[in-house]
Amino acid sequence: MERLPSLGKKGTIYAAALFFTCFSAFPFFWMLITAFKRDHDLFNPENNPFLFNEPATLEHLRLLFEQTLFMKYVVNTLVVGGAVVLITLVIAIPAAYSLARLAGRWGESLGIGIFLTYLVPPTLLFIPLSRIISMFNLGESLWSLILVYPTFTIPFCTWLLMGFFKSIPRDLEEQALIDGCTRIGAMVKVVLPLSTSGLLTVVVFAFTLSMQEFIYALAFISVSAHKTVSIGVPTELVRGDVFRWGPLMAAALISSVPVAVVYSLFLDRFIAGLTMGAIK
Amino acid sequence: MERVERTPAFSLGYVWERERFLAAVMIAPAALYTIALVGFPFVLAILYSLSDATTGDPTVRFVGLRTYGFLLQDPVFLKALQNTFVFTFASQILVLVLAKILALVLMEDFPGRRLVRFLILLPWTAPISLSVIGWLWIFDSVFSPLDWLARSLGLLGRPEALLGPEQNLYWLGRPFLAMASVVLVQTWRILPLATVILLAGLTAIPRDILDAAQVDGAGFWRRLFQVIMPLLLPVMSIAFLFGFVFTFTDMTVVYVLTRGGPINSTQVLASWAFFKGIEAGDLAQGAAIAFFLFPALAGLSALVLLLARRAEVS
Amino acid sequence: MAEVQVRAITKYFGEVKVLDDVSLATRQHEFLVLLGPSGCGKTTLLRIIAGLERPSRGEVSIGGRDVTGLPPRARNVAMVFQSYALYPHMSVAENISFPLRTQHMNRDAIREKVAWASGLFGIDRLLKRKPRELSGGERQRVALARAMVRMPNLFLLDEPLSNLDAKLRASAREELQTFQKRIGITTIYVTHDQVEAMGLGNRIVVMDKGRVRQIGTPLQVYWEPADTFVATFVGSPPMNLVEQGGVLVGFRPEDFLPLEGREEEDVERFQFEVTWVENLGAERLVYGKTAFQSKNGRVVSKLAPNIRVALEAGKTYTFAVPRLGIKLFDRDTGTRLRGVPIGRG
Repeated sequence: MERLPSLGKKGTIYAAALFFTCFSAFPFFWMLITAFKRDHDLFNPENNPFLFNEPATLEHLRLLFEQTLFMKYVVNTLVVGGAVVLITLVIAIPAAYSLARLAGRWGESLGIGIFLTYLVPPTLLFIPLSRIISMFNLGESLWSLILVYPTFTIPFCTWLLMGFFKSIPRDLEEQALIDGCTRIGAMVKVVLPLSTSGLLTVVVFAFTLSMQEFIYALAFISVSAHKTVSIGVPTELVRGDVFRWGPLMAAALISSVPVAVVYSLFLDRFIAGLTMGAIK
Repeated sequence: MERVERTPAFSLGYVWERERFLAAVMIAPAALYTIALVGFPFVLAILYSLSDATTGDPTVRFVGLRTYGFLLQDPVFLKALQNTFVFTFASQILVLVLAKILALVLMEDFPGRRLVRFLILLPWTAPISLSVIGWLWIFDSVFSPLDWLARSLGLLGRPEALLGPEQNLYWLGRPFLAMASVVLVQTWRILPLATVILLAGLTAIPRDILDAAQVDGAGFWRRLFQVIMPLLLPVMSIAFLFGFVFTFTDMTVVYVLTRGGPINSTQVLASWAFFKGIEAGDLAQGAAIAFFLFPALAGLSALVLLLARRAEVS
Repeated sequence: MAEVQVRAITKYFGEVKVLDDVSLATRQHEFLVLLGPSGCGKTTLLRIIAGLERPSRGEVSIGGRDVTGLPPRARNVAMVFQSYALYPHMSVAENISFPLRTQHMNRDAIREKVAWASGLFGIDRLLKRKPRELSGGERQRVALARAMVRMPNLFLLDEPLSNLDAKLRASAREELQTFQKRIGITTIYVTHDQVEAMGLGNRIVVMDKGRVRQIGTPLQVYWEPADTFVATFVGSPPMNLVEQGGVLVGFRPEDFLPLEGREEEDVERFQFEVTWVENLGAERLVYGKTAFQSKNGRVVSKLAPNIRVALEAGKTYTFAVPRLGIKLFDRDTGTRLRGVPIGRG
């Protein structure tokens, strides 16, 4: 492990940690305060913005849930997320198994190729995709997102799953074949139950990836009621030119924190899967 | 020498056991999905860029490189091109430096490390469009807490103040400041990703090498620059490349914070492609603009592969 | 119980030829051992018989039925891997019943058979445990129970004892042998340990570099080796080989004894200069040189404790080998002269 100079070592580390923590977390702290501050307090340039100069309020939250489409956005987001996870699992699991076990030498290159499609940016594809979407009359509907999001969840999750599947000893599958399973049977009865950690990670990441997606959603959907949280919050919580900052910050906070918590919990497994996929 | 014969497959009744057949069948859905919704649109984008299609008249009529030619003379496009490079390089260099420091800090064990880690990851783990909204409010022209802080410290709002006599800095209203703000937010957002990658690389350095360096009498700075950095180079390059790709092709920060303003001073290729191709409906121009992203990406993918292979060798 | 026939099996992994025209056949109820150094192809052959690999050329038949085109599940064979491959997410009972569940047997029948199989190996009290809670010996028994539970045609084992520590190995060997004799199932067993092979097998197939060198009973393989590879691989210390008169003369260390008291017997005499004596209690190993050039630079004599002749390093003695103990080999190819058949394939 690295050793910083012993003089004031602890102090330096604490200071640095504090600096970075403040830097990273400040906007969320700001969201938190703003969500509960009275308008009168918020929009007074004389007041110290870091303090509650007037007592806290829940009026922003009430407005958010009662007078905006926020809940609708949340529901839309969950629906899209769930559907995308399903599609991703159905397609990525066999693909990953095939690459990990069956494809041999060209499996390696194909695996890398698949991962590379993850790097093709949405800003390159959104124009032709928007045409394709309208051609199939899927414009303005959640189905456009459900159809398109797997293009980035599948490569990513296949790569992840490949790593997890490879870590399962071949012995076990061969024993299953001897014991009477077909190849697919061996995958279902032996490999999948032993990959629950990997499968869970894949579910979480497919879900969070689709929750965070902004560009395709912005390009395909402009009808308010069909928006997801990711685009709905930035674009809709504005009345004319006036930003309703209180409810806006509340919405942003409510939507960010759960995703962040879950994502953080699974980050270690994600890194493990990523590095396992890289190591042959 | 004898000819190597192909291993015969299982007999017909057991076609589902044949590995090659099974491999192809199991990977087909993923391959088809990718071809249909990535490969095909990619080709379509090329066609659009060589046409004069709009959403009003989407037929693809070949007009050659006319659109590209137009772009290369369009001052807004050229500004967007320049901005994209400035935006990307400025933020990524900042990210690398900060991530290196942060990774070193996180290697140490101190109380509250878990909480610190969670908070530091927030910019990456929280949905980006939502966290940028927070920054939008922070950079507000009237109510920015940063301005308030500056005013309280006497750096702003008085005739002799360091940052100027006005009450506010108009972070998003002035071209230079707007670009700085956008760079700051993008750095803020990519920092956790780079840190995590570097951390993984740091923990992978075998202890013996560090110990040997310490025994050899190398001080902290010498160890850092002569032992650790060279070993970390492949990982650092991967971190840089990931950050580069995500930044070069992204429009979220720009769109939410400035919409590309003021007067296109923060417009980047991705956002400009969006405004032209989606909002204005000029498919040809939008596609052509987006295609300027491609050379950088292709080159970078090749580099990623090269460096990934070298990273594995060690 | 089935006979296994393997005909002209050749296997390539890419450019490397791993098995070269291998043919053999088991007899009913036989315990056949595939013996050889690592890389000789014995495990590959076993896997081909199991159906986990397909041969590049050749056929496999089990019980008279050509199974070359059939996957493992259609061959009704059981296999025990070196790691035992116990399913970690299943209990012992579920592990044992797995081969029956894949056949969709009804639950009562399954329970009966699991009880029988676990009783056979004395693991009935372990049925609810998970593999990670078991010792090495217990895991092996679970693997065996799982293999036996559906009464397969053929029983294949890939070095199943190498993961056990030495003390356990001997008792496990005995258990295995008793069990096989009792059930009478045709068994093919792969090992690189020639002591194990000699102890377990009805017949041994000695393999090297993808080829079969000899098939025979342990005694045949030991006393009548078909070539110098078999002669030096089997037996510890290996057979002595000296070059004399244009051929290789081989004799086992136990046959290489002091001449004293045997002057009238039909023996071949050697002048033996002793360089080193190792007294191991149960035997004495005497290393030295003869007038002839030895294959591995020295000649060894193995003396039982009842031979009390005093031997000192540096001195030369007259040693002798009984005529019947002399085996002659071709100097260049290593094949045994005087036509000893490779084995009844």
